[in-house]
Amino acid sequence: MTAKPLLTMRKIYKVFPGVKALSDVDFTLRSGEIHALLGENGAGKSTLIKVLTGVEKLDSGQIELSGEEIRTKSPKHAQELGISTVYQEVNLCANLSVAENIFIGREPKKNGMIDWKTINSRTKKLLNKLNIDIDVTQTLSHYSVAVQQMVAIARAIDVEAKVLILDEPTSSLDATECEKLFNVMNQLKSEGMGIVFVTHFLDQVYAVSDRITILRNGELVGEFLAAELPKLELISKMIGKGYDVLSETIKNTDNDQDIEKQVYLRADKVLSIGNIKEFTLDVKKSEVLGLAGLLGSGRSETARVIFGADKVSSGTLYIKGEKVNLGKPLDAIKKGIAYCPEDRKTDAILGNLSIRENIIVALQSKEGMFKFIGRKKQEEIADYYIKLLQIKTPNREQLIKNLSGGNQQKVILARWLATHPELLILDEPTRGIDIGTKAEIQQLVVELAHGEMAVIFISSEMDEMLRCCTRMAVFSEKQKLGELEGDEISEQKIMKMIAGGNER
Amino acid sequence: MSRLTKSRLFWPIIALVVLLLFNAVFTKNFFSIQIIDNHLYGNIIDILKNVAPLALLAIGMTLVIATGGIDISVGSVVAISGAIACSIIDGRIGSFNNTLLFALIFALLSGIICGIWNGILVAKIKIQPVVATLILMTAGRGIAQLITKGKIVTINSASMVNEYYFIGAGYLLGLPFALFIVLIVLLIVLAFIKRTAFGLFLESLGTNNRSSHLAGIQVDKLKLITYIISGFMAALAGILISSNIKGADCNNAGLFIELDAILAVAIGGNSLNGGRFSVGSSVIGALVIQCLTTTVYALGVPPQTISLVKAIVIITICLFQSNKFREAIFGRFNYFKKSKDLLVKKGAQIS
Repeated sequence: MTAKPLLTMRKIYKVFPGVKALSDVDFTLRSGEIHALLGENGAGKSTLIKVLTGVEKLDSGQIELSGEEIRTKSPKHAQELGISTVYQEVNLCANLSVAENIFIGREPKKNGMIDWKTINSRTKKLLNKLNIDIDVTQTLSHYSVAVQQMVAIARAIDVEAKVLILDEPTSSLDATECEKLFNVMNQLKSEGMGIVFVTHFLDQVYAVSDRITILRNGELVGEFLAAELPKLELISKMIGKGYDVLSETIKNTDNDQDIEKQVYLRADKVLSIGNIKEFTLDVKKSEVLGLAGLLGSGRSETARVIFGADKVSSGTLYIKGEKVNLGKPLDAIKKGIAYCPEDRKTDAILGNLSIRENIIVALQSKEGMFKFIGRKKQEEIADYYIKLLQIKTPNREQLIKNLSGGNQQKVILARWLATHPELLILDEPTRGIDIGTKAEIQQLVVELAHGEMAVIFISSEMDEMLRCCTRMAVFSEKQKLGELEGDEISEQKIMKMIAGGNER
Repeated sequence: MSRLTKSRLFWPIIALVVLLLFNAVFTKNFFSIQIIDNHLYGNIIDILKNVAPLALLAIGMTLVIATGGIDISVGSVVAISGAIACSIIDGRIGSFNNTLLFALIFALLSGIICGIWNGILVAKIKIQPVVATLILMTAGRGIAQLITKGKIVTINSASMVNEYYFIGAGYLLGLPFALFIVLIVLLIVLAFIKRTAFGLFLESLGTNNRSSHLAGIQVDKLKLITYIISGFMAALAGILISSNIKGADCNNAGLFIELDAILAVAIGGNSLNGGRFSVGSSVIGALVIQCLTTTVYALGVPPQTISLVKAIVIITICLFQSNKFREAIFGRFNYFKKSKDLLVKKGAQIS
């Protein structure tokens, strides 16, 4: 690896009020390499990238691109210098066409008019390069998140980028889509581009990366060759201690036997038109029920129907044997159901409100508007859960949008735990969260089910499902295929079910 | 100090204080208060009296805007409520025993109905708030005309005229009666916001509709409530305005006052995108607007340039509420200071 440095960052410092986000961090990117930037939430990955792309001003330090010192002033400036970024959340305009999204702000013109022909044909070519064949005149919202992500990447690489930063590009992609993305990354790498790859999926790091730089608590741990750093060592470097928690099974197997667990909720031939085909499902107390399936298989839709967020078109829901009619989330909450939605940013957090308010809000709506929870009580509840879930924050009045993803998720968990639910539905509770927090949340889930609580657990990560769930319902194409219990549960069985349709 | 500057009330109050200081220097007798006819009299008292309708509207508007909505129909509701109240007092519609009481009840009821109409359009039928309330804004004056049969209703000859006049223009304990109405309403609304979860829920749904819905907040119901409150405030303002002129003029009562109400909310430092809000600072915002109007008249600014002067002052106030703007301005100051220091140094070297 003698490739010359394309981008070097030296002695980077960045302080936010009360937090040292980066201190004395070095980072070197060579042309023609894929460089993974790893670290737990709050380690400083995002800040490093923000400093590099001009979103944040650095306090001190030096950045050189192709041997010349640069100081990025804004994302636009960074892009002009040849540093393109694709962020975790797709930030394109969903209501514009694919082609418009790629050329927005730099439309080729002919006789003073926008040259749509060129735009469309060039977009087509560009996407073909990424092995995507779609109608580029359709609006972006027409396509899946995966395709949108590809469009974002296409846009980034079309602007003569020397450095491409991919910030969690795979969090909403399935396996084949990831594969596609990796091919594209390798292709760009062979063209001499330097790629910074930020992710929480360690397998993917090993699949494509040449080098790995690890940050911890805003400090540099080191730079390593991917081939020379075993996974376990990588993890221990990320969290700063030996770590084998994630390799064990933590689910409760002892209370599997004998005792017939009490059914808390029964969905009897429930159908929600446009969301999920007719299904029957029992949710029992003291168990973690997994809803397995690929993205869009109907697992989240099932959860939403049970929570009253989507309408039941036919069929009946029973809670503790009693017929219920859940017309809105509040009805479900009052019955003791809680739901952490999949999309944290749009469906869960109240960005401009404090941690305290975010925690209290569901309990308050359960109690009703006029049974106001006094300020002191609110603070007690918030402090209790901040401590219980080890939410990292200077104080409870911090706005939730200033927290890292993992801590935001903990706040949302706190919101629901504060309502003392009997059934807790967790939809992708560990997405975009570092390993340490992930393990904490998994542990918590199992502990909760050890008590009286019924838990529904949804995750795209099979490992996680296998570790936590004692029973699984498998979904595909908006349909429940069947259930697996106890020893029956294995990755192969689930895959087979999904692949083979209804046969068991 | 930093806690003080962070308070929502800080910048609106600064604006008000600056305006008052300006008057202290440039307007003769601005602060002089006399006692005439057993009540206080002066510019300040005038401001407190005349601000009442706008302050009421600003209170309602703040709540609507907190949900991410807007209510541009309040001016028309002012006209409707005034028309109903005056028509009843004048005996043109109905024949009620205690006409004043019924006049007030029906006027306020009309505001509530208008609020329900707006609320249903926005919350249930999901029409964009500007468009939804635009309907009543245009139709409302027509409705008011229907009520008064197209005439300007004056109540000078009605038996209850003095009692009705007292509401908007009378004095209690030497202070304008309207001021007491505003204070009472403000206290009730503040209690509703702070002593129940209403405030939390409003801020929550203004911040994120979807999250709030999934957290169990009844988003539609709350929106409906805010429009009803706004309609009620508009009706109350309509009573004050018509009482003040002893009559209902459907074409001009409350004309463009919705814009002033929105402005008051903005001057109060509330985001028009919804979310965090402060009713108190909106009321200060209304005071700023009224104070400005009085100032401009007191200074004898030619009528044709009044709007311009107001606009400039208001733009300045709004700019100063922006952190970025202040940074830019004061940053520039520092820059000048530095270069000046540098020049001085250089000069010293040369000599």
